Formats: sequence, C-alpha cells, structure tokens
Amino acid sequence: MSSTPSSAEPGAVEQAPDDRNAAAASHPPDGGREPVLCVRHLRVEFPTRHATLVALDDVSFDIAPGEVLGVVGESGAGKSMTGNAVIRLLEPPGHIAGGEVRLAGRRIDDLAEEDFVPLRGRHIGMIFQDPLTSLNPLFSIGDQLVETIRAHLPMNEKQARERALALLREVGIPAPETRLDSYPHQFSGGMRQRVVIALALAAEPELIIADEPTTALDVSVQAQILALLKRVCAERGAAVMLVTHDMGVIAETADRVAVMYAGRLIEIGPVNEVIRRPQHPYSEGLMASIPGLAERRERLYQIEGAMPRLAAIPAGCAFNPRCPHAAERCRTERPELLPAGAGQAACWLHDPENPVARREAPQDTQEATR
Amino acid sequence: MLAFLIQRVLQAIFVMFVVALISFSLFHYVGDPVLNMLGQEATEADRAALRAQLGLDQPVVVQFWQFVVNAAQFEFGISYRSARPVTDLIMERLPATLELAIISAIFAVVMGIVLGIYTAIQRGSWLSKFIMTASLIGVSLPTFLIGILLIYLFAVELGWLPAFGRGQTVRLGDWWTTGLLTTSGLRSLILPAITLGLFQLTLIMRLVRAEMLEVLRTDYIKFARARGLSKRVVNLRHALKNTLIPVITIIGLQLGTIIAFAIITETVFQWPGVGALFITAVRFVDIPVMAAYLMMIALVFVVINLVVDLLYYAVDPRLRVQGGAK
Repeated sequence: MSSTPSSAEPGAVEQAPDDRNAAAASHPPDGGREPVLCVRHLRVEFPTRHATLVALDDVSFDIAPGEVLGVVGESGAGKSMTGNAVIRLLEPPGHIAGGEVRLAGRRIDDLAEEDFVPLRGRHIGMIFQDPLTSLNPLFSIGDQLVETIRAHLPMNEKQARERALALLREVGIPAPETRLDSYPHQFSGGMRQRVVIALALAAEPELIIADEPTTALDVSVQAQILALLKRVCAERGAAVMLVTHDMGVIAETADRVAVMYAGRLIEIGPVNEVIRRPQHPYSEGLMASIPGLAERRERLYQIEGAMPRLAAIPAGCAFNPRCPHAAERCRTERPELLPAGAGQAACWLHDPENPVARREAPQDTQEATR
Repeated sequence: MLAFLIQRVLQAIFVMFVVALISFSLFHYVGDPVLNMLGQEATEADRAALRAQLGLDQPVVVQFWQFVVNAAQFEFGISYRSARPVTDLIMERLPATLELAIISAIFAVVMGIVLGIYTAIQRGSWLSKFIMTASLIGVSLPTFLIGILLIYLFAVELGWLPAFGRGQTVRLGDWWTTGLLTTSGLRSLILPAITLGLFQLTLIMRLVRAEMLEVLRTDYIKFARARGLSKRVVNLRHALKNTLIPVITIIGLQLGTIIAFAIITETVFQWPGVGALFITAVRFVDIPVMAAYLMMIALVFVVINLVVDLLYYAVDPRLRVQGGAK
C-alpha cells in the first residue's frame, strides 16, 4: 500500500552503483559524494575473565547518502554488533578497541559519551528487531514521539504534536489524530513497527541503522514495512544500514550488500552481483543455501561445519576449516578485502599476484554423494 | 473498572469477616476473663452478674453477630483492664503510631527508591558496593537490636537524641495529638522512625535495584537511548516508571507491616502507641483490646491492598481495558 509512490526512487538510486563501489570500502571517498558513514578497521572487544574476545575484527565499509547497505551473515557473525558499535550502544563490557567511525566526515568513535548522546536520533536513527518490545508500554506513542522530537528540535509541545501527527501519517498510521494518545499495546505488530520507524525518523537523521527490522513480523507485513522504510529514507536521502539474515530482504531492498563471518567483513559489492556471482567461498555457500521457488531440490545446500566461536577463530582466514579451496596460505595469512568481480572479497582466490587455485571438485562431489 | 472495584471490595469484606471470626474466637479460647477480672474471692453470683453485663451468657452465634455489628461501628466493648471503651483507648494511642509509621514509611520509601536507583545505575561503583553490603545489616539485624544500638550510640554515648517517649505533643482537633510540631517531638521521632523503617528501606532498595537492572536491559530502554534521549530522561522517566509497577505492591504490603511491627519499636522506645497498648493487653489478657487491634491491623492491610490495586490502574495503561481503540 505504501510502496507505490516510492517505486521510482529505488531505480534512480540503482543507476549509479559502479562509481559508488569504486569509492567503497578501502579507498577514501573521491571528492564529490562524501559517504554518510565511513567505518575503518573497526575492532570491538569483549574482555572476559579468561580471554579477550574479538567480536569485530578489522571491519571497513562506507555508506553513501541515500544508499541502502545490507549486512548479512549468520547469527553471531557480528552484523548487529556492527550497528551497535556505530551508534555506540554496545552491551558492556563490549567496547570499540580500534579503528574509526566517521559520520559525514566527522570522527565519532572517540567522542565522550555526553557528546555522543545528541547524535543518537538526530544524526543516527536506529530501528530494532522487535516492535513489540521497542516501545515503552507505559507511555502513549504521542508522548514518546513528542519527547523524541523535543529532545532534538527546538519546538514547543504543540508544534511537536503537529510534527508527531505528520510523522504518523507519513508512516501510514490511519487516523493518526485518534491514535496519538493510544498506548503501544493497542497497536498490532506491523503498526508498532511503523511507529518505531516514525520515532527513528523523528529528527531526520542522515543514517538509519535497521537491525532486523522485519524479522519479528508477519511475512505479509514484512514487505509493507520494507517498502515504507525504503520510501521514507529515499525521500529524505538518508543512508540505511540494513542488518538482516534474510537474503530475500536484502535482494529486494539493498543497493549493496556486505557479508560478515566470525566478526569479519568478507565480501562487499553490488547486491545483484553478490547474489548472482558471489566471490568469497562462504558467500557462495550462503547463496547456494537459499531455497529457490523455481528449482526443486531434495535437500538444501549446506556448508559443512559451523561458524567458529569467537574464542576459537582459526589463524589466517576464519573460514579456512570449512572452505573447499583452502590452501596452506589460507591457514596462516589473513586476507584483506581484495578487488573481486564488481566488489571486493577477503579471499586469497582473488590475490592479483599469486591467487590460490580454485578447486572445483569438492562442491561437485558433495552434490553427487547426495 | 467499577466491576473490578466492587469485586475487590467484596473480597475485602470477606477477609474482614474471617478476621472478625478469629478475633472473636479469642474470647473463648484465651482463658476466662471473668476469673481474671474478679479475682479468686468473688462469688459465683458476682461472676454471673459480670458475665451478663459483658454479654458472655448469650449463645455463641448471637455473641458473634453482636461482635460483628459492633465492630462495623468501631465498637469493641469495654477494656477488661482499664474498664474504658476500647475504641477510646485505641483512638488515644493511634496518632502516635500513625505518625511514627508514616514518617518511617516515607523515610523507607524515599531512601529505598533513591538508593535502589543509584546502586542500579552506578552498579560497579565503590559506593554502590558499600551500600549493598551495608544493606545486608538492615536485612539481617533484628529490629529491637537496631533500636537498642541506636539508643546506645545517639542517646547514651553522644546524647544527641532522646532515648524514649514521644516528647511534647500538640493537640489538633478533637482527638489527634501530634509530635510533629514541637522540636522535642521531632527529635524523639528520629530514632524510632529509623529503627522501624530500616528493614523496609533495605528491602525496597534491593527490590528497586533488581527491578531497575532488569528494566535497563529491555529493548525499549535501548531504543529510548537510540532515540537520543538523555541519560536522565531514560533512567528517571522510562526506566523508573516501569520499575515501580512491581515495587508498588511490595511497598503497599510493607506499609501494613510497618504499622503491625511498630509493636517492637514502640516497646524498645517506650513509644505511647497502639503497639504498646497491645503488648499491655496481651500481658493482662485484655481480650477486647487484642481483638480490636487485630481487626485494626487487618483493616489497614485490606485498605492498602485495595489502594495498590487502584494504583496499578493509574500507572499501567495495559490494565485500563476501556478507552482504548481495541
């Protein structure tokens, strides 16, 4: 219902994926379009009694204005951690231990907490997974909107209420005048997520971090919420970091996609390229394991083994014990993000000087034995 | 809402009826008051006369009915010991107990909530750890011991505050006497109020802390922070209100306990309250006073419970079924 006015916008955004990708990940932004978010060598550590766990290790990426970057990976790969690190809401004792985060060119990871608070909501908005628990049950949604608006914008109560009504109207809450004083429990899940989006957008942030925004919702509502999120962000030119484990959501919504594994960014590129021609062996496995409607298979493809625990990440490439192509070098030397296909992949298969040889056999034998 | 209220009031009446039954049974199972009152030399005729005067010669059911009807009008008969109406005795003593209970309740609730919030927000700090350790003392030391220690320290050794009594009182209206308007009355109140409130304080503090820690972990608090609300707004507006829902119940019940447990504090500080009256009544098997005291405490608990239920409505919109769009 809410997607119709937006259908033109995403197409316009997608027209320029290539020059954006040239500016992506490891290169500094070239002149004109400064990225909204620029993350470099981000490292997050959790000190525990026995050892220091590295939850994010050397993560680098950019998001351009108006761009939707999908971040995928399995549970524990560090997707949500990346979002939480950017907005600095890591659960203690987790903390940023290295690297830098720039918002519109300004370094924000080293700000004192009291200097960071005004950025939240005003410059970085965040949407969480579960709309049923994201809203405070004891305050009406009008109260929550008004307090958020007034925390950031110089408005009086009346102006803030007007703005709250406009926001609710914009996110597709029917008859917002009558719903403003309702409490969260009087809304359905999908409606609550619309309210959450309105709250995240209340002060027009340049960057929205959406952490699994549709995972807790009905499939039929998911599409509406995604279309809404995409439309309101496109209208404002806000960049979106969309964290999800759902490749379908990524395929539909994102412009570029970043694949994470064991706290590392292993591949980043335009969404269609990564889905059709993944460059990293893990991404290949990930894409192969998506059930398709067209094809009929006995069993879904699965990558042998499991993602290592943070306490036991192997040396070299974190994926090497499960990788069909792993060579000696992969077990000792950690690959950087290297140009691969239309994007970049952290894999020695793409080393421009001395690439590791690809072994085609293992995948086929796996298929054959089934 | 109205149906809920009626239901609760009916429940309260039932509880009061049961308590009345128990109070009434005191008259029959705690010795024969007539023997006590008249002594050994009285004749059988004297005893029969007194029995008739006190209504003890009637059938049990009639006696009970009479007791309930009287109790509903705050009539509890004549004290066996002082031969004065029990209601007068209690009314004389009630202001002292209520003032002590209310002041120590305010002390316990305010300090308990403030310290609970502080220890939850500053979880790792040195002061929080000290407060948490010190609160173990409040939980584990018996009230009378705390009272005696306070008397020893502040009254005997330092001589700052009086050790017993209520100080000077001022008469307000027909029957209310207050110690809150004189310096000596206020000074006398400090030690008993702390003694009486300390246990409740530590209990409320630990409860608020535990609830607050729980609430601070919820998604809506994280989302409130992600919306850029200041730490103060998040902690004191969003987290505290959610913390208070379960805390209200406990505070309500604890207020009743404060009045009921005032007995010990009143004994230690020779506070001229209802608790002291009850202790004397027990010593002299003054059953009408004991029965009236029992009824009074039960009434306090029942009323507080009712108020707590209504407070839930005020605080939590999820309980207000009507008025919503659903």
